[in-house]
Formats: sequence, structure tokens, C-alpha cells
Amino acid sequence: MENTITLYELAKVLRSKNSGPFEITFDIIFDSKEKYELVKSSGVITKELIQELYLVEEEDISHLVFYDPAYAIKITMTRSVDSGSIGDMDVYGSQQHAPLIDIKIPIANKIFEGGRK
Amino acid sequence: MKEIRILSPSGMLGYGFPKESFLNGIEKKPDVIAVDAGSTDAGPHKLGAGVGIVSELAVEKDLTLILKAGFELDIPVIIGSAGGAGAKAHIDWTMTIVRKIVEKHGLHFKTAIVYADVDKDYVKKKMDTDDVHPLGPVPILTESVVDLTNNIVGQMGVEPIMEALKDGAKLIVAGRAYDPAPFAALPILMGYDSGLAYHLGKILECGALCAQPGTTKDCIMGYLREDHFLVEPLNDKRKCITSSVAAHTLYEKDHPYILHGPGMYLDLSNSRFEQFSDNVVKVSGSKMTSPDKYTIKLEGAAKVAYRTLVVAGIRDPIMIRNIDDITRDVEQQVRNYFDEIPAEDFELIFHLYGKNGVMGDREREKTPCHELGLVMEVVAKTQDLANTICSSARSTMLHFPYEGRKATAGNLAFLYSPSDIEFGPVYKFTVYHLVNVDHPTELFPIDYFDLK
Repeated sequence: MENTITLYELAKVLRSKNSGPFEITFDIIFDSKEKYELVKSSGVITKELIQELYLVEEEDISHLVFYDPAYAIKITMTRSVDSGSIGDMDVYGSQQHAPLIDIKIPIANKIFEGGRK
Repeated sequence: MKEIRILSPSGMLGYGFPKESFLNGIEKKPDVIAVDAGSTDAGPHKLGAGVGIVSELAVEKDLTLILKAGFELDIPVIIGSAGGAGAKAHIDWTMTIVRKIVEKHGLHFKTAIVYADVDKDYVKKKMDTDDVHPLGPVPILTESVVDLTNNIVGQMGVEPIMEALKDGAKLIVAGRAYDPAPFAALPILMGYDSGLAYHLGKILECGALCAQPGTTKDCIMGYLREDHFLVEPLNDKRKCITSSVAAHTLYEKDHPYILHGPGMYLDLSNSRFEQFSDNVVKVSGSKMTSPDKYTIKLEGAAKVAYRTLVVAGIRDPIMIRNIDDITRDVEQQVRNYFDEIPAEDFELIFHLYGKNGVMGDREREKTPCHELGLVMEVVAKTQDLANTICSSARSTMLHFPYEGRKATAGNLAFLYSPSDIEFGPVYKFTVYHLVNVDHPTELFPIDYFDLK
């Protein structure tokens, strides 16, 4: 069976937050080029995956961008209810990241040990 | 070497910061102290109701240190998005505190207040000429929505603040401002690269959140030079490292390297983040571009309803298993009982913590926890109606005879007595649009006076 490592283990920062009152943005940030490239080149982080994890449609996802200078991945999606309006359950949007932490990234055995720490 | 030093005491005026960090920053001879005092993060309530999010005492504590230092060093002090949402009510609230401090400590400032309130007729005129457009996933603005809205503010760029600085103001209290603008105004006025100045402002506006460990409640210093800038924490316990500073660049923005602001956008695709020394990060390569049309973001909030709520726990496993049916049936029973009230006059919402209380429809985890936290809320046209419906829904839920029930004494563990909490008005962001302006300062009148 293929070895995998979770995004939680690889990322330095894994968070969600409002980007204005109508969108939520997710940042996945790594502290090394190696870990960032491992995730980026794995091809695991896609709009399809996000749709599946958040039960949203493709048009709800406004951005999924890899930003090399910061070893970062940013995903932005439309809120189902705007911040603080009737029915909203997360005014700052800061507790929407949990489904991302268990994303599994395939790895070769060698890097595996280093990445675990 | 040409250099300007910008001291950011804290990520939010009134959040507090260690005095030692601040004095450490003052010793490094800053050229300006700038602080952000607002945000839309906490929702539409502040703007709609004209209230703040931090206490008067906390703002007084923070501002006392800042104003005394600004006065002693004779450098500009700039407050952006004063009072939380940057409308006139918020500026007035801030100025009451400022006056108290100035009087108490014998300070003296040439002061400029930059207002950011936007007249509804101005917005309507701009709508007529097709100069108002939704920002992101927002409905097109209509006249009736504008009429409904309680307060509208425009988000200023650096230009109105630069004008106040040019006119010699030493204390600038600005209404709603693009968060980085108070930090970038003086450098841009002095001829520094605007891309670097805005990018540095974006990093500084949250205080030491760009450091490691990060927090909004500590001071940070920026050094802007000709072709790069440095970011340095002012507390030995923190370090700026490339990943923490780069991470902060993306914070609460929809796109990682294209950042839109008033009349410009920042392109950070070629930014370089380098470790300058053990705790200092160097950034270069950030670019600013000005599109043909200068746009200002308008923010408006309206009172849309009143709320009453109940907090209770649910521990019965049979009830938890049937919770979706129960909440649906309770609502139906309440609506049947009040059949003379139009259906659209109230909404009954069950927040179920332990089930999907945080993610709602986007929750994929289907197994509820062994106990549920229930926040049952009613939002209605009037406070009276909200109270009435909440009271009825609460008693219906408390005694609802769900399938398989053996606990016939009551279904809810109320947290409080009385159980129903009157919340008051509920607001909504009704305006979140861009308006084309002829001049960057046209929405932001400045009031100058001597304050002592």
C-alpha cells in the first residue's frame, strides 16, 4: 500500500478566515520548499477535492492558487450565509478548516520520515 | 541610506500591547505611529448600530501611550477605521477618548479628522450612471436597499490621509480606511515605492501577527527603504521568519498575490521573502498597479430583524437520534399555532452544536455527539414577535412528545433562568460594492483643528 501523510502533518499553517463578509478563504502554508512542492506536485489539492470535502459546487470556489514565494496554497469560496447575517454560524469564518486536516498526500518512504516530525 | 520607520503598536486599537515592546519601538525612533481600529470581521452590527467592538477603557489605555509618544517625538499618529467601522458615530466615540487623554496629559496636536460617511443620494446618483458594481458574490444594489441601509461608509486609500499629512496634521483620525492605508500614506507622500509601502502596510496592520509566535496584541516595526522593506518584532519572545511574514501577506485576502485596494491593486507574484537576520525579514519585488478607473469600496449595513434566543443542552440519546424530525415538527407546530402571522414575519433557526453547529450544510460528518448544544433563535419583524415566537417554540420543544420518548418530564437542559434571551436588533451587510470616483479624495472630507 502507498504511504501517505496528512496535510496537518505537513503544513505549518492550516486555517480559514473571512475574506470580506461574503467569502471564506483557506490558507495552507508550508515552512519548506520540499513540503510545499510535495503537496503541489502530488496533484491532490484540486477543486474537485474541495467540492467533495465541503459539499459545494465548482462555482462556489472562486480561487485555488499555488503561491510559490510563500510556499502557500490559497482556496477561496463563497459563504453560504454572509458574515453575521441571519443563519450564519461562524462570523469570522475561522473554524471552517477542519475538513482539510486529514487530506492524505502520497509520499515516498524516505521523505516520509522527515516529514513526520 | 534612505529609510522610513513605521511603528505598529497593535493589530487593533484597544486590543492592548506590552508597554515594553512599545517603548522598545519608540527607542528606535519611528517616523510615524499608525494603528488600525476597525474591520468588517465581526459582522455588520458595528456599522449598522454605530457601536464599537472594544471597550472605551481599553482604547484609552492604548491611546494614552501612543498619543504621549507621538507628541514627545513630534511625529504623526494615524488611526485608521476609527471606532470599529469608521462611520461618524465611531469617529465621535474615538474623539471623546482622544480629547480626554489630550486634556489629562497636556498634549497638543494639529488634528485632522477624515470622514468616510457616504451620502445615500450620492450612491443613487452613481447608480444612475452605472458607476456602482457588486464586489464579489453580492447582489446588484437597488434604491430600496440603499434606503433601508442605516450607515454607508467608503473605504479610503492613502490619498485623503496624505492630504492631511501635507497640511501638517500630526494626529489623523480617519474613518473607514483600507487597512494598510494609514501605514502607507506617509511613505508614499515622501516618495517611497507605493507597492512596497502598501505591502508593508498590509503586514503591519495586524500588529505582531506576522511574527512567530504571532499575535495581534503586540508591536511590530517596519523599515521601508528604496527597493525593499524590513519587518522586525519589538518583543524578544517573537521572531519574524520568512514563512510567518509570507503567511501574513495572504491573511484574510481572497487571492494570494493579487490584492485589490482603493484605486490600485498589488501584485505580489514576484515578491521575495528573505531572512535578513535572526528575527528580521526582508521583502522586495512587490508592485502596485493603478487601473484606469479609481474605485472605492462602499460598505453599508441595515437593521433587518430582531432576535430572541434560548440556550439549552440535549443529552437524551433517543432525542438526539430523532433531532432533525423533532426540530422540523416543532417549527410546524409553532407555525400552525400562529397561523394568523404571515410566514415571512419570523424565522425559527435551530443551531445544533455537536451535530453541524459550525459548518451547517457544509458538514460532512453525519454522526452527532453524545450531547448536543442547542441555540434556538427566532428572528422576527419586531422584538415583541421574536419574544412571543421564541417563548412558544421553547415550550413546544421542551414538552414535544417525540417518537420513542420515555423522559416525559422535559426535553431540554436550560442553561439559564429565565431561559429566553432578548438579543435586540439584527443587522446585515446590504452594501458591499465598488463605486467609480473622479477623485480619490471626493468622498472623504477633512476637518482640521487645534487640539489641546
